[in-house]
Amino acid sequence: MKTYEIQIRLNGELRTVAVTARETLLEALRNKMGATEVKNGCGKGDCGSCAVLLDGKAVNSCLTLALQANGKEVLTVKGMGTEENPHPLQKAFVEHGAVQCGFCTSGMIMSAKALLDQTPKPNREEIREAISGNLCRCTGYKKIIDAIRDVSLRTES
Amino acid sequence: MADIEYLAPRDLEEALKAMEEWKGRAKVIAGGTNLIPYMRAGWVSPELLIDFSGLKDLDLIKREDETLSIGALTTIAEVASSETLRSFSPILPNAAGHLGNPLCRNRATIGGNLANASPGADMAPPLLVLEASVHTERGGESSREIPLDQFFLGPNKTVLEQDEVITQISFPKPKDSATGSQTKFGLRNADALSIVNVAVMIEMEGKLCRKARVALCPLAPTPIRMYRVEETLEGNEITAELLDECGDMLKQEVTPRLVSIRASAEYRKVLSSVLFKRAVREALKGVET
Repeated sequence: MKTYEIQIRLNGELRTVAVTARETLLEALRNKMGATEVKNGCGKGDCGSCAVLLDGKAVNSCLTLALQANGKEVLTVKGMGTEENPHPLQKAFVEHGAVQCGFCTSGMIMSAKALLDQTPKPNREEIREAISGNLCRCTGYKKIIDAIRDVSLRTES
Repeated sequence: MADIEYLAPRDLEEALKAMEEWKGRAKVIAGGTNLIPYMRAGWVSPELLIDFSGLKDLDLIKREDETLSIGALTTIAEVASSETLRSFSPILPNAAGHLGNPLCRNRATIGGNLANASPGADMAPPLLVLEASVHTERGGESSREIPLDQFFLGPNKTVLEQDEVITQISFPKPKDSATGSQTKFGLRNADALSIVNVAVMIEMEGKLCRKARVALCPLAPTPIRMYRVEETLEGNEITAELLDECGDMLKQEVTPRLVSIRASAEYRKVLSSVLFKRAVREALKGVET
């Protein structure tokens, strides 16, 4: 198999990895870079569980070639905070019980982060719109929206 | 699975040269939101992927006098939020804001949406009624400007040659007396494929409709203009009776897929007629007649 060497700044750390032309960013992240916090759901852009920030924009990593992330920054939920010092969104998801089975959470938080980076004080409708590409099959949307709204209200802008 | 090669060309010239050399064996990748699932499903198996996503010259929205140009690599999210585009007509940004979901919109491009030529391509109805043209380039050959209503041939088929690529989409500024409307109906508010997506542009002169453009998808093998409906509206006062007549005509002319998991053909026909009439009334709101 022909491979190509690419460089990705993953959660702040510059990483070099060899990938094939057909390999998706999701596959490279999970299988070659240890980033299993990025979840493999539908594999065709319906569920959003593989969402990451690519140069600050929320995208489905299953619909992006690994090669298309060459030279770019990738942020996953693991890069948002640590267990000791979680990101306000991570904290709010725990406090609001916005995590049921947890499979959608890592993508949901990335869409929420992209929203708050752009719109620090979104209303509920804007939050719903921002996470409309992320499916929660436990249907825990209300608590998820509450958690995101809570962070936006707490953050001083 | 067979090996695939990858090329990230430095400029358009290098990209076109590769397309010529690998004619028929290469696929252009931009946002990848269609191509990657197609490759995974085995529907397409290119030997080379030519990645246009780094060609920043093709990612722009530019106003020149009375013409608006959109680079083929402009993402759907950029189309949705462009104030420049909105100043020409809100119908294209509005349609872009309802394509797929925010994650897809950050990757998918306007050129890709047209080149993929889905019968339900959400960018097509607004661009058709805005009378947009597709600008293309080919290695070693001259460029072409193709009116969008002559661009689609069938599901996933266009007039593009195998070594030809869309570089930009342009359309003229609508007259000040023209107003538009666009509606998408899907099974959900977001993350939905269109059951019916309809766009209209209406130009009034006093009580009479001077010019009408009506387009919709996915009501035929390609996104389509409704020429007979347009002709029937033009030169006439748009009364409730005329609108009903046009709605019935539209129902007769569309040819939705007979078997679809999302909606029956009969439902799509009725819905397209209702949404068309609603779109015309919406466009005429605020127009003094």
